[in-house]
Amino acid sequence: MDEALLRTLTPTVIGILGRRGADFAAAEDAVQEALVEAVRAWPQDPPRDPKGWLVTVAWRKFLDATRAETSRRHREERVEAEPPPGASVAVDDTLQLYFLCAHPSLTPASAVALTLRAVGGLTTRQIAQAYLVPETTMAQRISRAKRTVTGVRFTEPGDVGTVVRVLYLIFNEGYSGEVDLAAEAIRLTRQLARKTPHEEVAGLLALMLLHHARRPARIRPDGSLVPLAEQDRSRWDTRLIAEGVDILQAALASDNLGEFQAQAAIAALHADAPIADETDWVQIVEWYDELVRLTDSPVARLNRAVAVGEADGPQAGLAALAELDPALPRYTAVAAYLHERSGDPETAARLYAHAADSASSVAERDHLTRQAARLNTQLRS
Amino acid sequence: MAKYLLLKHYRGAPAATNDVPMDQWTPDEVSAHMQFMQDFADRLQTTGEYVDSQALSPEGTFVRYDGEGRPPVTDGPFAETKDLIAGWMVIDVESYERALELASELSAAPAAGGKPLGEWLELRPFMSQPPTITE
Repeated sequence: MDEALLRTLTPTVIGILGRRGADFAAAEDAVQEALVEAVRAWPQDPPRDPKGWLVTVAWRKFLDATRAETSRRHREERVEAEPPPGASVAVDDTLQLYFLCAHPSLTPASAVALTLRAVGGLTTRQIAQAYLVPETTMAQRISRAKRTVTGVRFTEPGDVGTVVRVLYLIFNEGYSGEVDLAAEAIRLTRQLARKTPHEEVAGLLALMLLHHARRPARIRPDGSLVPLAEQDRSRWDTRLIAEGVDILQAALASDNLGEFQAQAAIAALHADAPIADETDWVQIVEWYDELVRLTDSPVARLNRAVAVGEADGPQAGLAALAELDPALPRYTAVAAYLHERSGDPETAARLYAHAADSASSVAERDHLTRQAARLNTQLRS
Repeated sequence: MAKYLLLKHYRGAPAATNDVPMDQWTPDEVSAHMQFMQDFADRLQTTGEYVDSQALSPEGTFVRYDGEGRPPVTDGPFAETKDLIAGWMVIDVESYERALELASELSAAPAAGGKPLGEWLELRPFMSQPPTITE
């Protein structure tokens, strides 16, 4: 029983049903039912052609469901009037499915859930578990999302920009439970990168790979965070780094810069440094300048202040920080860091304790508390 | 089985017996505390008594309806004296005595100087379903 194969085939089969005239919601339901049947039937009787099997069963499920509807005649007429399978326009079904699931009419949370189910082939239960909500809640979110995109034509051209944003959200969620959302986001982005030459898809894939490479060193066994400068770099995954750098370089060569390429470039410069002290902070500041120009994001400006502090000294970093809004998330933590670097542990300790109060995750809060505790312990001795 | 909520307070509970703010502990003491909390939850999972636990941000707001077509009224954050919940753990246990025992263990999490924190935890029984057989 090859679950990975089933999940890879999911979007393809939905796409084929779509081409045959099924609307998206009905196609998606039918394929989910076919998947359930595959899980039951395949272990005893593995099909020679898994994809053909799924298409046949899903199509039958679709017809059954359509016939069961009260508006039976109307629907069957419509289905029969649709163009035959394999219509003349050569559009990639899976790519269309990405566009549909990230349709601008959907909220980010709905787009994420729909993408994981229709493109990723995850079950509602798995998605619910990954996002720590009850299964019925996730089922409602998905069915509402499907209703929202009901009127969207399957062949409608979509925006890669909205798709990469959805994949970025999935990656950033990390993982809790049996589904590794970061790994799933990488799989879906890889698949997307094979279908479109868009530089930002490549940029996002490179960014994900370069960050995923650090995961073994990022968290201690007790769950606490290890800051980048203190990570054991021998535990970084060099294979993922090499792949990320290759993908990034190919994207940058097209000279169509975007925010994900810029972020990946920063990650690549960190990956390049064998020890933290050899980091090329001057180049990193230049990339943050690009990122600020591309996004005008306050978060990018905040991270730029940290980089300036490393490249030009903590006073320069504090000066860059002074231009930003102190209400920004992580502002106080950055201020604490720069004050410590500038040789003011009293202020740094006070700011770290203050930053811990406004942290948005337990791991971050504990990390900041530990920093305050470390400085206060030094100050007492 | 009966469900209980263990409430941890940032403020509003009586002072802990070992009442030193965490940023004044040593980093090792902080780590030992975190490890204890983790181990405690893990152990309750293996005994089949764990339901849920969550930590809350200290910043909160009171909100209320303010009439048709008007935006909600908000109030807060509140003065330092106000009761403030830091987080909770829900347990499902055989008896009230077992709930007390677990709350007491959790309250003894190591703190400054490696000594038990001795913080006050609030123990609240869940309302249950009415029994099917009543006579």
